Amino acid sequence: MTKQKEHLFPASGMPASQLLAWVFIIGAGVLFYLLPNSAIAFIMFLASFLVLYKTPAAPLIKLPVAALWLCVIMPLAGLQNTYYLGVVTQAGIYVALAVGLNIVVGFAGLLDMGYVAFYASGAYIYSIFATTQAANFIHFPWAHFPISGMWFWPFLIFGMLIAALFGILLGFPVLRLRGDYLAIVTLGFGEIIRIVLNNLDKPINITNGPQGLTPIQAPALFGHILNQPLDYYFIVLVAILLIIIVARRLEVSRIGRAWAAMREDELAARSMGVPLVKMKLMAFAIGASFAGAMGVIFAAKQTFVDPSSFTFMESIGILAMIILGGMGNVAGAVVGAVSVVVLQLQILKQLSDYLGQLSAEGILNIPSQIDPAKYERMIFGLILILMCIYRSQGILPAKRRLASWWEQIRTRGTKKETEEGVDAARS
Amino acid sequence: MLLEARGVSKRFGGLMAIDKIDFTMEAGQIASIIGPNGAGKTTFFNMISGYYFADQGTITLDGKRLTGRSPEHVAGCGIARTFQNIRLFPGLMVLENVLVGMHRHLSANLAQIVLNTRGMRREEQRAYEEARELLIYTGLEGKEQELAKNLSYGDQRRLELARALAVKPKLLLLDEPTAGMNPRETEEMTTFIRRVRDERNIAILLIEHDMKVVMGISERITVLNYGVKIAEGTPKEIRSHSEVIAAYLGEETPEES
Repeated sequence: MTKQKEHLFPASGMPASQLLAWVFIIGAGVLFYLLPNSAIAFIMFLASFLVLYKTPAAPLIKLPVAALWLCVIMPLAGLQNTYYLGVVTQAGIYVALAVGLNIVVGFAGLLDMGYVAFYASGAYIYSIFATTQAANFIHFPWAHFPISGMWFWPFLIFGMLIAALFGILLGFPVLRLRGDYLAIVTLGFGEIIRIVLNNLDKPINITNGPQGLTPIQAPALFGHILNQPLDYYFIVLVAILLIIIVARRLEVSRIGRAWAAMREDELAARSMGVPLVKMKLMAFAIGASFAGAMGVIFAAKQTFVDPSSFTFMESIGILAMIILGGMGNVAGAVVGAVSVVVLQLQILKQLSDYLGQLSAEGILNIPSQIDPAKYERMIFGLILILMCIYRSQGILPAKRRLASWWEQIRTRGTKKETEEGVDAARS
Repeated sequence: MLLEARGVSKRFGGLMAIDKIDFTMEAGQIASIIGPNGAGKTTFFNMISGYYFADQGTITLDGKRLTGRSPEHVAGCGIARTFQNIRLFPGLMVLENVLVGMHRHLSANLAQIVLNTRGMRREEQRAYEEARELLIYTGLEGKEQELAKNLSYGDQRRLELARALAVKPKLLLLDEPTAGMNPRETEEMTTFIRRVRDERNIAILLIEHDMKVVMGISERITVLNYGVKIAEGTPKEIRSHSEVIAAYLGEETPEES
């Protein structure tokens, strides 16, 4: 508490490093607002969130800055440059997926390599009803397909429920498995879901097979159709916010502790009364439900889904994000997801464009085979190897966290006093 | 009768690890199980705590059947334990280790946690306070935020006890609580075990090799050898029991004499 108060007024006696951090944060925000087409400004803008996160300052100062950056500067710059808005929205979807997978892998220690299956189930449940597809197998006189865009919101919940159900279905057979064995079974599960989606066009055409489903109805809110890039940006932003809040609350709760205990020593956790089956299924279901909701959003945003969006490489990609960012850490999952997406969609692409431009001007002659954008996976793998060697806990290593009231309890004395304190706080 | 085992047997392949053992314990009693290595002491513990299912026989706590129940259920019935080779949650903070032990006594469900309800917060605050008191009780005050793996050996043993006490057990199973301790630490542990029983009225069942500890602390001693109960009684009775002496020191065979 006192430590935070020192920084409440950053102007007075702030260390040079902190001053520099604030200059960077504000500079990056202003720069990106002024130059929305500059790649460097964009990357600086994204980096400013990491700097902001690492800067020791009161949440009272940090949160408004982050809100201003996300709700004002990003949309304004995004109107100038819709490509970056798309990159950020895409990154946002992966952030939500990474935070969700982090619950299963990071918190509960269950290596899930088929996470994308839950994402797919969310995407398909909305797509089937939000296109004319459902008319193939549902013949009620009162049912009209595609359903109206207003249904998008309830379908976020349905998507979560369906994905959670799949999570539990996957959870049951793998209750006794750990480590490598669990990874193999979940990997298989992910593939099964994709193959089922790919082949469920006969005998009854439910998923339309490899052709995919399109056009998917855009969400609507009070008669407004939300089909602009900015609309999806804000939908994703709200979704991430909710998911992060839920993940952080779970982390310090009795459920989060039970997960961590299970991860550390399953048998010891059980002899302390932690119900193994319930906790494992819960981890699978909660992690899956986040992916389900994001699947619904993804389907609406793309207006097209097909099984090729939900390959094994996607699962690996999301897993790599949390390994890169820092397993078991919500902020790490966010950083990992953003870095990977930006690396894919921004840095490598820019580099390719730049090299292409150079060869077009005849300065350099680079054969198209060594176009950096084609080496995305290799560069990615290289980064992961380097991370494993030099910083195996990820960019932001996980740190155990106690709830905020611990500080008060620690400094307060005996139980009697604290009970009085609680009573006083209540009145 | 707090704990009651009737004709309990466990076979591992051709080995009869536990052979029709009858065992009873009263509430608030301190009892020990002793025996040479491989006598089946830890197996018997593992059967009480639900890791192994008995091939035969029944185990009950306060009349409630424990046989066939999972370890988490047994813990919920009021049996907590420590392990021969310490098994903490190494990557968790000391305070969190104790909080995990309270899992069954906290009731917050998923919805309450997600919505961060007032009731959930109050329950958690109380749990934090209680965990802190247990750490003070076990002499780990000030180390709440350290990771369990960074504690010294003695402190890890204390933490394991604090975590087991957090389960609020009626019966505490201690598997070699003084293993690897020097005489002074052993003395402290013995005093502490007696204190736990006296102040909290928890029955304590020990497996122990240190005869000084066993004889000094136990009200009843059970001796196992090759999975069979060979003797039972007060420390005084056990000390002069011929079969026990034979099991520990070996028997003189007629040829040698």
